[in-house]
Amino acid sequence: MTLSPQLEAKFNKLLESYPPGRQRSAMIPMLLYGQDEIGSVTDDLIEEVAGRIGVTALQVNEVLSYYSMLHRKPMGKYHIQVCTNISCLLHDGDKLYEHACKKLGIGHKEATADGQFSLEEVECMGACSWAPAIQVNYDFHHFVTPEQLDRLLDGLKKNAV
Amino acid sequence: MADPVKLTIDGREIHAAPGTLVIDAAKQNGIEVPAFCYYEGLTLQAACRMCLVEIEKTPKLQTACTVPVAEGMVVRTETPQVATARKYMLEFLLTNHPLDCPVCDKGGECELQDMTFRYGVGESRFTEEKVHTPEKQFSPVVFFDAPRCILCYRCVRVCDEGLGVKALGVINRGVVSEIAPNHGDHLECDECGACIDICPVGALTSGAYRYQTRPWEMTHVGTICTHCADGCKTTLGTRNDRILRGNNRDRSGVNGEFLCIKGRYGFDFYDHPERLQAPLLRVNGKLEEVSWAQALNAVAQKFNQTLADGGTFGVIGSNHTSNEENFYLQKFAREVLRTNHIDHHRTGDVVTLLDALSGKEGKLATVADLYERKAFLVLGADLALEHPLLSYQIRANYRHHQAHIYVVTPGAVREDHYSTVSLRGRDYASLRDKLKAESELVVLFDDSYKGDDVRKLVEFGESLGIPVKYIALVDYSNSRGAVDMGVAPELLPGYKPSGQPGMHYGEMRDANLGALWVVGANPLKNGAQRKAGFLVVQDMFLTETAQQADVVLPAASAYEKNGTVTNATGEVQRLKRGINTMGAKPDLEIMGFIAREMGAAAALGPWTPDAVFEQIRKNVRGYQVPLPVLMTGGAAQTMPVNGRIPVESRPDLVHSDHNGLFASGTLGRYSKVLNSVMESRLRR
Amino acid sequence: MLYNEPSPLETRVLSRRFGKPNSASIDTYLADDGYKAFLKASKMKPEEIIEEVKASNLRGRGGAGFPTGMKWSFVPRNSPKPKYIVVNADESEPGTCKDRLLMEYDPHQLIEGILIAGLSVDAHAGYIYVRGEYRYLIEILDKALAEAYQKGWLGKNIQGTGFDFELYTHTGAGAYECGEESALLESLEGKRGVPRIRPPFPAVVGAFQCPTILNNVETYCAVPAIIRDGGKAFADLGVPKAGGTKLTCLTGHINKPGVYELPLGFPVLKLIEEVGGGIRNGKKLKAFIPGGSSCPILTAAECEGATMDYDSMASRKSMLGSGGVVVMDEDTCMVKAALRIMRFYAHESCGWCIPCREGTAWLRKLLTRFHQGMGTRTDIDLIGDVSRNMLGRTFCPLGDAAALPTISIVEKFRQEFEDHLDGKPCPFEHARHMVTV
Repeated sequence: MTLSPQLEAKFNKLLESYPPGRQRSAMIPMLLYGQDEIGSVTDDLIEEVAGRIGVTALQVNEVLSYYSMLHRKPMGKYHIQVCTNISCLLHDGDKLYEHACKKLGIGHKEATADGQFSLEEVECMGACSWAPAIQVNYDFHHFVTPEQLDRLLDGLKKNAV
Repeated sequence: MADPVKLTIDGREIHAAPGTLVIDAAKQNGIEVPAFCYYEGLTLQAACRMCLVEIEKTPKLQTACTVPVAEGMVVRTETPQVATARKYMLEFLLTNHPLDCPVCDKGGECELQDMTFRYGVGESRFTEEKVHTPEKQFSPVVFFDAPRCILCYRCVRVCDEGLGVKALGVINRGVVSEIAPNHGDHLECDECGACIDICPVGALTSGAYRYQTRPWEMTHVGTICTHCADGCKTTLGTRNDRILRGNNRDRSGVNGEFLCIKGRYGFDFYDHPERLQAPLLRVNGKLEEVSWAQALNAVAQKFNQTLADGGTFGVIGSNHTSNEENFYLQKFAREVLRTNHIDHHRTGDVVTLLDALSGKEGKLATVADLYERKAFLVLGADLALEHPLLSYQIRANYRHHQAHIYVVTPGAVREDHYSTVSLRGRDYASLRDKLKAESELVVLFDDSYKGDDVRKLVEFGESLGIPVKYIALVDYSNSRGAVDMGVAPELLPGYKPSGQPGMHYGEMRDANLGALWVVGANPLKNGAQRKAGFLVVQDMFLTETAQQADVVLPAASAYEKNGTVTNATGEVQRLKRGINTMGAKPDLEIMGFIAREMGAAAALGPWTPDAVFEQIRKNVRGYQVPLPVLMTGGAAQTMPVNGRIPVESRPDLVHSDHNGLFASGTLGRYSKVLNSVMESRLRR
Repeated sequence: MLYNEPSPLETRVLSRRFGKPNSASIDTYLADDGYKAFLKASKMKPEEIIEEVKASNLRGRGGAGFPTGMKWSFVPRNSPKPKYIVVNADESEPGTCKDRLLMEYDPHQLIEGILIAGLSVDAHAGYIYVRGEYRYLIEILDKALAEAYQKGWLGKNIQGTGFDFELYTHTGAGAYECGEESALLESLEGKRGVPRIRPPFPAVVGAFQCPTILNNVETYCAVPAIIRDGGKAFADLGVPKAGGTKLTCLTGHINKPGVYELPLGFPVLKLIEEVGGGIRNGKKLKAFIPGGSSCPILTAAECEGATMDYDSMASRKSMLGSGGVVVMDEDTCMVKAALRIMRFYAHESCGWCIPCREGTAWLRKLLTRFHQGMGTRTDIDLIGDVSRNMLGRTFCPLGDAAALPTISIVEKFRQEFEDHLDGKPCPFEHARHMVTV
């Protein structure tokens, strides 16, 4: 597959980051950065990564299916991740998640029909002192109220249009 | 060897070699520590947690499969704490297990059943919904039922470490982890079925065997696989004269538990719809089914008449028939038919090797040597495909003892992944310095080394100054036995010169012989027209040769008769009849009947396998093997021939079929399994 | 901008640059005596560095609390193999969000700690394994690495000391289990995050099968101060046997949640009342998790006289853990808390060993059913039993991490489980969406 110049450069840098013969180490970063650009871990990406690090597609599959951030099916342009783990739960993180479900009309690991949004109830994301927290793609949002979430989502929707 | 370590297990003082794992030390002393994931010879997992034991001075229970013995260690395997741990480990295991034992192939020989019976809790407190996923078919021979899987990873390891294939992996995580095949929804692999056999539960089941029988209804017969020359023991599970399964779980043969697709599933040709059930006689130009009496009579009459007319006989023997059959056949040819026109399809230059090694001792490697010796030189052959057991042994040797492997082959081979040096071509001589530095060596070569090549190779080996053993690779289950038994125009049994070499294989095929007798061979397979005045064929199927015969006598398969065969490493093993067959007869019996009909039986002696084998032991050099070893299902290596073999070397006659994993000469065509797996279309 | 106002009760050693303008830049760091500890260490013998770390009584800040100096001393310095320094920045323990700040505000302090660790075992390469969700921190770290390379604090012959060191960031991709050191190493090698059989420990066979020092971010961050001011000075900040300060993440029902650097031995109630400004809405304390969800929970009564250090927590059969303090008020439903904690472990169980894989999944289903009001009286004991059947029998500590809080909750808050059976309303009315696979 053809990679963007940025991703190509990233892959090449990753492959140089590990001791000789240990290029397999680049697998997880390659899959994650690849997913960031492509939208999901596609069959092509698996083949590409497997080829570059000298492993089989099965070995890539074993690894990618283990890590919760790697997705085989495309998520939305904005992937909304709501933490409901204990510290966020104590600040109604579960209600915030339910609110997001209703607002977007989708459930866990689902994407809206227009591909703009997807939703995931996630485990602790390391924002416990600023709960409840969400991540939109890689951006953290802290002390999120349902109203703030609405504003955030509406703003993103406008962006998309 | 280092001093043994002294430890105490369950109050008994035990001595074990340093480095021994507690679980093995216990087992060696008759103390069972249960385990699923621990499997001798495969990497450690510590995943099933069944082998937890108490070790004094360690606060937590320890896995006996990962802790090596230590001086003064005190281990307890039967305390209430250990019993409780086992009990509840099984409770955990059964939470998501479907408990569909009544319809599970494994029922009755399931390790989970046995462990639950012995160590388990009688009832489950699990009342939640079980994780369920539908059964999947990975290949025609491999089915996977994830809910039954206990994730012991034996299948993954045997495929990776044992076979070097890496076709199975683990996907997902947590309670939904499951075993996955290498091509998304299906397997592309050796289709050897090792994963199925090694599965302690009914998660991996065999497409050939599933839902055929309850295990306890079968009779188990250990015999030798009839396909390649490696000589694997395959234990046939039979019921009502049907073979339902092949495996070797009791590790009783030279192959331990190893079998390839041919040994595990390739027995199925016996049941092929085209299998000949009655003799055929050419009447008015067409082959018609006749009675055995009619057919034998026709052959005997024609043979006697040809003898009386001073006609010439040609006899072509087989790579698959037993030593007894080959011995009897050559005796028949030479003493009754008075001909030296006898040959078989030679697949490796054993004769030159034995001649070149004349006068030397301890030069022939065994299958066991492949696991024990320190270095190997593989010449020509793609071992993993053509000699899967030999490849498996070397691979295990590499993993367990870090054996050094040198590969000189025309193309890439599986051994490249763990070889010390891999060269393409034939320039093994360039490895001289490296090989000289080894402490010992086993050389394996295929038919691309013959005649003077073999002599040069032996010269090279003997010049290294280290002990070197050799294996001349041959193709089929009794290729080696055929030449040992003198099914060759220039050789009598035991490599004695025949004095007056007759026609060889190709010459007989193309000569205007009075009569040609073909036993278990297919010389006309490439569209050649028969030239002989009279053609008798003994075979299981109506091969191209049989189609042109005057009389076709239906032969029993190796699984339907007794006898012995000799594998590529010169080890004699016993064929044991697994099932009876209707219509067909063992070749030895057919030959005996022909002799009787001809009035020549007395000269040839009795035609029971045991009686003929006694003759072989008395008359064939190298075959004075200990009977008890054979009778108990063991392998006995034939002694090398001491003395030159003063015959003209005919390297031009040596030609291997290079059967891969999914081919087995003419016979392979009739195995449904070999032809059903997709790999058989991808590569042969 | 800081995430929370500092507390006057803090002892800011590791966090002393938090909130300074451009605190992440190398210039800020150098201006504040940055990298001086490295230069000092470069003139010390490796064993002197390790002795200094031992003297500091620094214990691993990731949660297990293993003495750092001892860990470093296990590395066979004379091994012909290369040695590696690996940083566990896979901060995933629920309730914990401190390493994030150390990397965000002061990446060079971490780099300096890594370099000193490198000096102590003759390692010349290191990897910072950052959890995948912390992408912005990888960007911050990469920028800091670039600065350090540019200014000669990384790379060949660092500042003319003759010491070479290459440092890389490495992203995870979502797996709590990779916070376990051997699973992290597997993940670093591009494999499933399944722990390794130990021994051998990473000090001997670690990254790429080579000797490796593997510590938490906060542990490395403490090292420059230890070398700069001496191990004893650091040790004196804490309590005997546990030196220094600890970044504590106050979370849950607290008025002033945030990350605070406090000396070890800080009283729990003072932490809640004075640092945290007391329980939110004037409620009473019900339960207290001292260091991430893997720790056995403490009741309000058990918090009396407790201090934030290893021994005090051990005496209450809990652990200091990772510093992730979770404060629960009187309205908290402990059944729901137990369920949420178990859901986490079931989701994160790697599936390698039977008791953890099956036990966490069983307990998740059982607690879900129980919380939905479909429990039975025998379930209460069963929850404890199943947990105890995992305890101490799993391949790695994740099984214990799931079992311990659950056992403690059932034992200490049994009445709430009884109440659920009796139809007494659960303070958390929304349990519906929790019925996920």
